Amino acid sequence: MLSRTADNLYWLSRYVERAEYLARILDATQRLSALPLAYVGETNEWESAVATAGCSGAFFRAYEEANEENVTDFLAFSTVNTSSIRSCFEQARSNARAVRTALTVEMWEAINGTWLELQRYGNGPTSREEFSRFLRWVQEAALRYDGSAYRTMLRNDAYWFSRLGVYLERADNTARILDVKYHLLLPEHARVGGPLDYFQWAAILRSVSALTAYHWVYRESLKSWLIADLLILREEMPRSLASCYEAIVRNLDQIAAAYGRQGPAQRQARGIRTQLQNSRMDSIFQRGLHEFIGEFITENNQLGSAITQQFLT
Amino acid sequence: MVAAFDEMNGLNGGVRPAYDELARWLAEVPPDVLDYRRREAELLFRRIGITFAVYGEAEAQERLIPFDVLPRIIAGAEWRRLEAGLTQRVNALNAFIADVYGAREILRAGVVPDDLVFRNPAFRPEMSGQPVPHGIYVHVAGIDVVREGADTFYVLEDNVRTPSGVSYMLENREIMMRLFPELFSRYRIAPVENYPDELLATLRSLVPLSAAHEPTVVLLTPGVFNSAYYEHSFLADKLGIELVEGRDLFAKDELVYMRTTQGPRRVDVIYRRIDDDFLDSLTFRPDSTLGVPGLMSAYQAGNVTLANAVGTGIADDKAVYSFMPGIVKFYLGEEPILKNVPTWRCREEEHLAYVLDHLPELVIKEVHGSGGYGMLIGPTASKVAIEQFRGKLKSAPKNFIAQPTLALSTTPTCVEAGVAPRHVDLRPFVLTGRDRIRIVPGGLTRVALKEGSLVVNSSQGGGTKDTWVLAG
Repeated sequence: MLSRTADNLYWLSRYVERAEYLARILDATQRLSALPLAYVGETNEWESAVATAGCSGAFFRAYEEANEENVTDFLAFSTVNTSSIRSCFEQARSNARAVRTALTVEMWEAINGTWLELQRYGNGPTSREEFSRFLRWVQEAALRYDGSAYRTMLRNDAYWFSRLGVYLERADNTARILDVKYHLLLPEHARVGGPLDYFQWAAILRSVSALTAYHWVYRESLKSWLIADLLILREEMPRSLASCYEAIVRNLDQIAAAYGRQGPAQRQARGIRTQLQNSRMDSIFQRGLHEFIGEFITENNQLGSAITQQFLT
Repeated sequence: MVAAFDEMNGLNGGVRPAYDELARWLAEVPPDVLDYRRREAELLFRRIGITFAVYGEAEAQERLIPFDVLPRIIAGAEWRRLEAGLTQRVNALNAFIADVYGAREILRAGVVPDDLVFRNPAFRPEMSGQPVPHGIYVHVAGIDVVREGADTFYVLEDNVRTPSGVSYMLENREIMMRLFPELFSRYRIAPVENYPDELLATLRSLVPLSAAHEPTVVLLTPGVFNSAYYEHSFLADKLGIELVEGRDLFAKDELVYMRTTQGPRRVDVIYRRIDDDFLDSLTFRPDSTLGVPGLMSAYQAGNVTLANAVGTGIADDKAVYSFMPGIVKFYLGEEPILKNVPTWRCREEEHLAYVLDHLPELVIKEVHGSGGYGMLIGPTASKVAIEQFRGKLKSAPKNFIAQPTLALSTTPTCVEAGVAPRHVDLRPFVLTGRDRIRIVPGGLTRVALKEGSLVVNSSQGGGTKDTWVLAG
């Protein structure tokens, strides 16, 4: 297939995934900031939301203060922020338009419908209730797109490239939450932090839709190191780094088999996966959780470049 | 103005055989049924339209070209004559272009004046003495035909660069089959749905001799911002070929490749929907980013086929058009089956004098114009407009031609007040491959929706109709 087509599909999926992730962060932050101070302590959740979205630099160039109004506007509706929910959906649709023939009708309708609906929200909702509805709608839109891709696409390279976009973006998102909140997950922190952290932990899990999953996997109350374990090493948790890399390797292998050759992207992905498979939480803590996450983000980005170089240009 | 020939009622009111069933059906159905179908068609179109609209967003409403639910019907015998005429015309056009870039016999014989060719902006000196694959230049032609009487068809324009509109021919038929199954059972209508197959067969037949066994055919589009992008993606999809932009292709060692996820892949035939000027910034416009630098070298080396060939514009110039009867006779030794509209070339002094004396009766067109822009329709123009045009004509006479105002035929059309006659034209599509000429029975009928209007262009309030060619 044309490199440009593959590139468009890959980024289309990334934008949709990113939009959903932003909606989850905003949702979790809204809940957290609504709690009385006694439960969460003196933290600026809105500032941490911007950091988790990975756009602190751009945000503080545009605004002085990270408060609810500014952050919501910047992460959800800003046209200046190329990674806002609005910008993500707009770029997704413009990609979809350019590769209309590579999409199924269902995928096209999902993405085009989302875009049309987005126009109705204008420059943002007028009330908290409406904003909550908006965030739910964003998540549903992403599910609709993802579901229609899964249910209707031919299983060929177009599908595999589109999946690669989903998982690479998802791995990056999960890693970013861990990067910003890692201090809450350190075992020693649990002793000093006390019950104050409970709601922070719940918020982390909620941003990756894993609150219920946690209870099913561990059947325990929230413990910081178990949360780290769930988000990093557990393959059965769909937003964990391990699960994302299981899928990335699988899709890259399928491409390699279809094309009859392997390349740097396959090798790099397998390397990262092997490392995740052979790690244990205590050794990660020993080496330093923050360093581990930092390296992961770098390697994940490098894999993105390798994929682009090998297939998409 | 003379009364127009109505394709349903003729000139004196008796229903012509091809329209028999339609007339009976129209008399049978209550008016609200027609109205209901009309609204249904609009809805359906808006949905496919959503696929059109996709590309237009805010201006989507404007871009939806009005569709009339009443078909335009052509009898089998009429079509066979048209078909013979179109074949003859396109053969002559191909012979003419080959000659102009080759031996130039027609210029030496004085049938067409030298300067009309050599000083024509559409003439491509790069193509002189340059063979093209299989010696064919025009592979896809859209010949605009109008009708003035039961037996009189005129060619109004030869579109031999990158003619568009075929997606409407196909979509209109799809909609009609869904809306009027009962009419389709009363008539035996020749299908048009095989057009994409015929087009692909044509393109594949044009593969250069140096190509690999299984030829790679692509459709080259200027991109999503082009007004015909919908048609480009529609056709690529139906043909099952890649829709490429200039940046997806590159030329190396006189071969053309496309960038794929599996590395470079050689391209053999390019159905290009972008103008000569933008094809290759190394040969033509240096500021063009739409094309492929080096494409012309590969083309000149005979390693890739461009459909249509470079330089075909020389044959769809309106001044060259006026020589078509002579061109047909010169190459084929036959009388033209389809008439040319008598044309005054304002570049010639006597013609100009006549035109200036008769402005209110004539249609004046720009030699290189298209889309119904920049023309004057004498009989309907205001005095002021006529005087303004007179000035334009005098200052640059060679840019204009003039023709008598034709009484274009009318067909029944749904309008506000019910069913009324409206003027139509027809653009059939002629495909020329190495093996043969293929014409799908039908074409794009455009209709001037405003009462009395003769301008069918969609940019000027025209609509489209399905065109039925009857079997037998």
